[in-house]
Amino acid sequence: MIAYLLRRLGLALVTCVFISILTFVIIRLPPGDFVDAYIANLAASGSTISVEQAAAMRQEYGLDRPAIVQYALWMGRVLEGNFGVSMVWRRPVTEVIGDRLWLTMLVSVSALFLTWIIALPIGIYSAMRQYSFADYIFTTLGFIGLAIPNFLLALILMYLGFRYLGLNVGGLFSAEYLQAPWSLARVWDLMKHLPLPAAVLALAGTAQLIRIMRANLLDELRKPYVVTARAKGLTERHAVLKYPVRAALNPFASSIAYLFPYLVSGSIIVSLVLGLPTVGPLLLQALVAQDMFLAGAIVLLLGVMTVVGTLISDILLMWIDPRIRLGGR
Amino acid sequence: MASVTRQTPMVERVALAIRDLAVQFESEQGVVRALDGVSFDLHAGRTLGIVGESGCGKSVTARSILRLVDRPGRITAGRMLLDPGAEGEVDLAALDPESRRMRGVRGGRIGLIFQEPMTALSVHYTIGNQIIEAVRQHADCSAAEARNRAVDLLRDVGIPRPETRLRAYPFELSGGLRQRVGIAMALAGDPDIVIADEPTTALDVTTQAQILDLLRRLQAEKQIALMLITHDMGVIAEMADEVAVMYLGRIVEFAPVADVFSAPRHPYARALLRAVPSILAAPRQRLSTIGGAVPHPGSRPSGCPFHPRCAEIIGDICRQQIPAPVEPGRAGASCFLTEPGRERAA
Repeated sequence: MIAYLLRRLGLALVTCVFISILTFVIIRLPPGDFVDAYIANLAASGSTISVEQAAAMRQEYGLDRPAIVQYALWMGRVLEGNFGVSMVWRRPVTEVIGDRLWLTMLVSVSALFLTWIIALPIGIYSAMRQYSFADYIFTTLGFIGLAIPNFLLALILMYLGFRYLGLNVGGLFSAEYLQAPWSLARVWDLMKHLPLPAAVLALAGTAQLIRIMRANLLDELRKPYVVTARAKGLTERHAVLKYPVRAALNPFASSIAYLFPYLVSGSIIVSLVLGLPTVGPLLLQALVAQDMFLAGAIVLLLGVMTVVGTLISDILLMWIDPRIRLGGR
Repeated sequence: MASVTRQTPMVERVALAIRDLAVQFESEQGVVRALDGVSFDLHAGRTLGIVGESGCGKSVTARSILRLVDRPGRITAGRMLLDPGAEGEVDLAALDPESRRMRGVRGGRIGLIFQEPMTALSVHYTIGNQIIEAVRQHADCSAAEARNRAVDLLRDVGIPRPETRLRAYPFELSGGLRQRVGIAMALAGDPDIVIADEPTTALDVTTQAQILDLLRRLQAEKQIALMLITHDMGVIAEMADEVAVMYLGRIVEFAPVADVFSAPRHPYARALLRAVPSILAAPRQRLSTIGGAVPHPGSRPSGCPFHPRCAEIIGDICRQQIPAPVEPGRAGASCFLTEPGRERAA
């Protein structure tokens, strides 16, 4: 068991190294560099800088050095917790990202829990009462949920929430708390804003997980151990919840790994529409401006989060499935 | 020899009487008659062997008795009397499958042993967890008492170091041990009737013999009425007191085990016996097979369901009329050959 954990951890570290290399390559893929983008930006607003100034900027940011050296310098600083300076914002990257990282995680994790709370019971119900009226209703709703683009749903919910419920829509804070320091009142304000984005982000994932849970459970319900459990005299409900549901959770836990980054990346468009101060929109801006250190830091974070998600799902699987825990098969 | 029949059969208490049991599966493709008027008795301390090819309704019979037939299957006719004639007689066919009463019967009066000891146990829980659960379902006892009972049960079925095994997971045990666990679990609620659905099919020959010995010993100790489902004539010869041969959801022959082997009455029983490999056969002799395949129960032939494959068909009567079912408790065959007035033909 310890060996299994250590192996997973080691693999996760190796993956992280590869992610950092990929990140570095990806942010350097577009033609030109930050200075080119900066010059183009200035030109658009009517001013220019001299060739000497451009060269000086390149030297300042190390853009004139070979790629491998740039990578090594960048990684060295990252390991010290220094993600460099955002070229657009002219402030340290850590500061620019700041609270946004925690807010993103808050929104994502709320959405994830919401997804589970809705998807698990519905999936179980749909499987146990396959082809019942309610199963058809859930199936239909699920497919609609899968088919509607998130941003459209965000717009519709915003309209409905604002028009009929007088909800706080847009952003995660009311105007008066936007720049305010953390306080209980600010947290409460955040809580009031959280449900809408969490619901929007949860919807597509929920529809998907309902389908997964239903299919898994239908497979498990046909297995002989379910009959064994019922032949003992257990109620159907008890037998199903204890045995096949536990087995059906297995692929469910694996799906966390891919839901994790999906919840982060999928939130870019929704975050823009809802005006959420999360990492997604920031990444978009950084990529457009070729703000290499900022974009690099965010892409790296997303990658690492994916690895962490995988690790979490591995640990969950270990807990759910004794065959993994005991290394047997 | 174990196959010697007792001189005074059918005197023991009838534990379960099945009468005219019919089970149908309704689907869009039509109605499938999985069981079509099955009648037999299970006696305390005796073994009824049920044989037949795959799909003849053996397992459906077992599941019907426990009221565990999956949708869209349903019992459409017949009675299943627990303790017939006694004061507490219950018709299982009339109970709600999810009722407290029926759940008390499952495991408490009737235990079920499975074919696949791997898939019949959940890999997610320890053996102790799964057995103790069965014990506590039918006995009002503390966790410690239930644990002790589980240890006793495991020791009873011949599992060494039972205390340690309680903490083991099914995948940590060999097939033979797993099947012993399956038997212990079936006996956890102290049932007086046990249904064993192909209990040795998935095991190797040596283990098979051990498991059969175990079943026989437990049956003798507890006076269990055993219903043994198998397609293995060898197992039948070794274990059964009486034999019911099933074909397409009907019992086509019922007789004491010696009769079935020495003088089978139904052409299907004769064909089955010819298909058993014999150690006395000449080398390289071709094994006899039964022509054709079991028809899909949805496209049941008219008349006697066996007539398209029957080697001893006697004419249009077989194609047009259905022979009378075997009367429960009496040796006989559901065949026109054996009907009164035709005895000469047989």
